[in-house]
Amino acid sequence: MKHWVGRACIVAVSAIAVLSLAAPPAYGQARPYRAPRTADGKPNLSGVYQAISEAYWDIEPHSAAPGQVRELGASNAVPGGLGITDGPLPYKPEALAKKRENFAKRITLDPEIKCYLPGTPRGMYMPYPFQIIQTPAYIMIVSSYARAVRTIYMTDQKEAPADSWMGWSNGHWEGETLVIDTTGFNDQSWFDRAGNFHSDQLHVVERITAADADHLSYEATIEDPQTFTRPWKIALPIYRRVEKNAQLLEFNCVPFVEDLIYGSLRKPSSN
Amino acid sequence: MLRRLVAATALGSAIALLFVSTTTAQTNYKVPRLADGHPDFQGFWNNTTYTPLERPKGIDREFFTREEVVEQMKRAAVDEAEQTTPGTVADVHYDFTQFGLDRSQAPLSVNLRTSLIVDPPDGHFPPMTDEGKRLNAARAEARKRAGAITDAAQNQPLSVRCILMDRDGPPMLAGAYNNNYQIVQAPDTVMILVEMLHSPRIIPTNGRPALPASIRQIEGNSRGRWDGDTLVIETTNFTDMFMFAFQGASADMKLTERFTRVSDDTLTYRFTVNDPKVWTRPWTAEVPWKKGVGPIFEHACHEGNYSLTNLLRGAREDEKRAREKKPASN
Repeated sequence: MKHWVGRACIVAVSAIAVLSLAAPPAYGQARPYRAPRTADGKPNLSGVYQAISEAYWDIEPHSAAPGQVRELGASNAVPGGLGITDGPLPYKPEALAKKRENFAKRITLDPEIKCYLPGTPRGMYMPYPFQIIQTPAYIMIVSSYARAVRTIYMTDQKEAPADSWMGWSNGHWEGETLVIDTTGFNDQSWFDRAGNFHSDQLHVVERITAADADHLSYEATIEDPQTFTRPWKIALPIYRRVEKNAQLLEFNCVPFVEDLIYGSLRKPSSN
Repeated sequence: MLRRLVAATALGSAIALLFVSTTTAQTNYKVPRLADGHPDFQGFWNNTTYTPLERPKGIDREFFTREEVVEQMKRAAVDEAEQTTPGTVADVHYDFTQFGLDRSQAPLSVNLRTSLIVDPPDGHFPPMTDEGKRLNAARAEARKRAGAITDAAQNQPLSVRCILMDRDGPPMLAGAYNNNYQIVQAPDTVMILVEMLHSPRIIPTNGRPALPASIRQIEGNSRGRWDGDTLVIETTNFTDMFMFAFQGASADMKLTERFTRVSDDTLTYRFTVNDPKVWTRPWTAEVPWKKGVGPIFEHACHEGNYSLTNLLRGAREDEKRAREKKPASN
């Protein structure tokens, strides 16, 4: 028994060591944390959270750069970021060309500029809070940005019945970790403001674990054989908004983009 | 066509059966409860109704007879089935019956009331205050100044712009189709997902203070509490930034919604609008929500809003053709 425990420990320690080596930018956790439980005995992930990261500009490592709107100067410039990926993105050659074109034309092509739904995983690390509302059968993830809603089906699971922006998510618990398997995407959303993109073959598997009382470790495996030569991973910490009155405020951005989208169709003489 | 009429007649019979089942009140109904002791309202619901908000002209009764309602619903089902002519463009785009979007195919909230407004008892909005009249006259004036509805996106109703389904408020009322809602209840939070515009209403039930008055939101700011077995949601902090407000209400409207589960397949939804700036007294409406069918799909309205683009483009094209047709006047 003692021998077995010893060996199990060694195996576990080696596994952790390997994981830390393989993991993208480290935010290691020395000892496992056991989250408070819900009434049905699951880790309670409820709360308002937000990523603190430059990944929403570019999920890959990137230098600081000027913004796209001259008038906004430094206020819209790009801060440098270490990236959240596990290496250079393994684009197929024709997909890499499209990524570069997306980047070059990002001021007209980025769906965020038009207040379109962010897709998954982009909605998880945009600079807006999101809220997890956890029940045994459904876990809702609601972003302040564009009121994006994800329903995670924990019991009534089925294949995606239709394509969508946010995807169709089935979830299950693996110990402390919420594992979410999402398919049924359209090919419209991006990963960031740098034009990283996917096809409708996208398959995202997220692993969300409470790392301590106030932060989640978030990992996602991205698979899209039409766009990439192999699966790849992102990982980043996501923080609880600890303000006493933290809550989602409305960010219904449609009225903010109407002049941009429909302005050219306005009657010339009208105000 | 024949097939549709047959379908509509079958629907009529189904309606009659449904009607009977809803009126057989479960008097000894024991509401299911969650671990925290509060009633369980979770699941999918639908508030489709044929009952108008305000009592129609010429009717001075609070209730129809059962026979009248069954007859009205059968007639409505036939009308909806006949709304377009097969093989026409209109049929392709707007035949709600084909896609199960018409009301007669929804889990209907049947009731005998002649109006959803239950107070004032005459089923009509209370009289507007002078200030309310001035406010709404100013809004009408602003709309007129903004030009024709096709002049700019901002001249269109909020629903066409995919900002807010006027009917979904809050308060939440039914439109012609997609009147689906999902309620989830977590400790300290109730969430109502409105299918239209994937609108999430997150309602804290833990006594969280309201937002400061300086923060205004299109859907207001909701706070919930339990009054016995009734969920009470109070919403304030509405915005006045749009020309199309709920039934002429002001941004200072205080809305109180009450949900009570009265049977396994029915929630009673009752709301009171208190807006002394606009109405001389509060008014209250009530509509049953029927158990619906999930899941709710993503309603990405803005992302697919070709209709607004085409509508504006069509108007500009019409103007261009009119200019070309008109002989030069000078």
